[in-house]
Amino acid sequence: MSELPLSATADAALQAAPATKARGYWATVGRRIMRDKVSMACALVLLLIFLSAILAPWLGLEDPYKGSMIRRLRHIGTVGYPLGTDELGRDMLARLIYGGRLSLVIGILPVILAFCIGTSLGIIAGYVGGKLNTAIMRTVDVFYAFPSVLLAIAISGALGAGVLNSIVSLTVVFVPQITRVAESVTTGVRNMDFVEAARASGAGPFTIMRVHILGNVLGAIFVYATSLISVSMILAAGLSFLGLGTKPPEPEWGLMLNTLRTAIYVNPWVAALPGAMIFAVSICFNLLSDGLRSAMDIRN
Amino acid sequence: MLAYIARRIIYVVPIVISVALVCFLLVHITPGDPLVAVLPADASQELAAQLRAAYGFDRPLPVQFGLWLLRALHGDLGNSIATGRPVLAEVMRAVGNTVTLAIAAAIIGFTMGILLGLIAGYFRETWIDKVATSFAIAGVSVPHYWLGMLLVIIFSVQLNWLPAVGAGPSGSNSWAWDWAHLKYLVLPAITTSVIPMGIVTRTVRALTGDILSQDFVEALRAKGLHERGVFRHVIKNAAPTALAVMGLQLGYMLGGSILIETVFSWPGSGFLLNSAIFQRDLPLLQGTILILALFFVVLNLLVDIAQAAIDPRIKRG
Repeated sequence: MSELPLSATADAALQAAPATKARGYWATVGRRIMRDKVSMACALVLLLIFLSAILAPWLGLEDPYKGSMIRRLRHIGTVGYPLGTDELGRDMLARLIYGGRLSLVIGILPVILAFCIGTSLGIIAGYVGGKLNTAIMRTVDVFYAFPSVLLAIAISGALGAGVLNSIVSLTVVFVPQITRVAESVTTGVRNMDFVEAARASGAGPFTIMRVHILGNVLGAIFVYATSLISVSMILAAGLSFLGLGTKPPEPEWGLMLNTLRTAIYVNPWVAALPGAMIFAVSICFNLLSDGLRSAMDIRN
Repeated sequence: MLAYIARRIIYVVPIVISVALVCFLLVHITPGDPLVAVLPADASQELAAQLRAAYGFDRPLPVQFGLWLLRALHGDLGNSIATGRPVLAEVMRAVGNTVTLAIAAAIIGFTMGILLGLIAGYFRETWIDKVATSFAIAGVSVPHYWLGMLLVIIFSVQLNWLPAVGAGPSGSNSWAWDWAHLKYLVLPAITTSVIPMGIVTRTVRALTGDILSQDFVEALRAKGLHERGVFRHVIKNAAPTALAVMGLQLGYMLGGSILIETVFSWPGSGFLLNSAIFQRDLPLLQGTILILALFFVVLNLLVDIAQAAIDPRIKRG
């Protein structure tokens, strides 16, 4: 480098440039999001909720199913029951932590399933184009003719109550939304030179979609999908709240909120706790998704 | 403009038919016999067959769909299995209450959303923006049925200011615009308004920020236009997109009111849907969903037309 006639500042810039470039896109995104205090705080809260849900049986909690008629609806802060007890005298802390297991699964699994299905459909529709695109995208349009809450409840209501049914209905709600996003980003990438080059060098459509398209569209679809988790959590708990999800005595936040509704005249703040959990998870995912989105927007 | 409207209306026809098909098929993905709700437990085989023929369940599916669609076009959505009354009449009566709720919520949510969004967009990256944005994020993240419960806890249970459930004093069976009825509307309307408030705030904030950073604003300011005049330009440019978002939100409020109506026992379409689900009243379920979805489709159509009317670029596209 020293033999080049460069000034000190240009030399420094030249050395800095390859260093950032070498880090790669995702490493840069990761570094940016690590510096975002709000995102990190949300990630920490979510991590705590997830870990406590996973490790629930080893945390030395009360039995979430064991009730007692003589200690029903104790207040928050009662000795031995830090978050009080519910309408059947079961420990609220244990039920909230155990409740996270099912609530998080039924809230997040539909988005994961829809992400896989929607991404595949959208990439195929966007890359292949023509009649197949029309067929897929017009079908998607039909689902857009329903407000998502209505669609979820219609399918769930027709299939009947059950955890599996509510996961299916929410997946059906999110597939069209993800498909639409995936199709639009794929259409944007399809005619770029590097895809043309891959095709010219003999790559088949499947290879092009898997290797060249997927890598370039996955980020955008992923961010969109993370923004759906918040809605999915609210809707999944909402279905349970209506009685379309799991059945008592299973601990699940939406269902707990429903069974505690009659207790609001006796012990309102204990009754409101399960909703606070849904809110916490939902807002953390929303903020994290926003943080991810701005971290990925390298231009700014 | 007329050509554009005609084109949009023609585009809606296949959507409407497909929506009807989805509603029709809903009943057929249902496990179990749809007649269970009407048949007595000890019904004979003959009675079951007779009823099946009466409801048309014995014919092939495409025929059933054709007949159902034809009857639906004449306004006949069948009778509710639980009450025996015509589905259309039941749904229309309930929809009125849902519309009342949605409009009240829209007035609150859209006004708040536009104000917060404009302020946040104008004072971008300041503490004012942060406060407004936090409101918006909380609005879209809150489980609204839980917020409804919280409001009931605060304003009905603790303060005893407003009624917790229902849509009017006992003995009143229709809605009226007086305080005796309106106080039943306050809590459900506020609860319904938080999601649109959040979404409109975010949309308007983004639009305002984008427009303010464009060159023409710089030019207007350089020419000496006062800030109020600049603001008028911002509103004009943001209107089409903001309107589209608000139209969509109004549709979501109409179609997605089931959770809030359940919390407040508000006698609207969502409440009806809830009882249809739990009484396994499939004609009512089907009819309610069909009507709500059609409302949504028509609303989307109107929004598109309104958007084209105020933004001439859309018609050409």
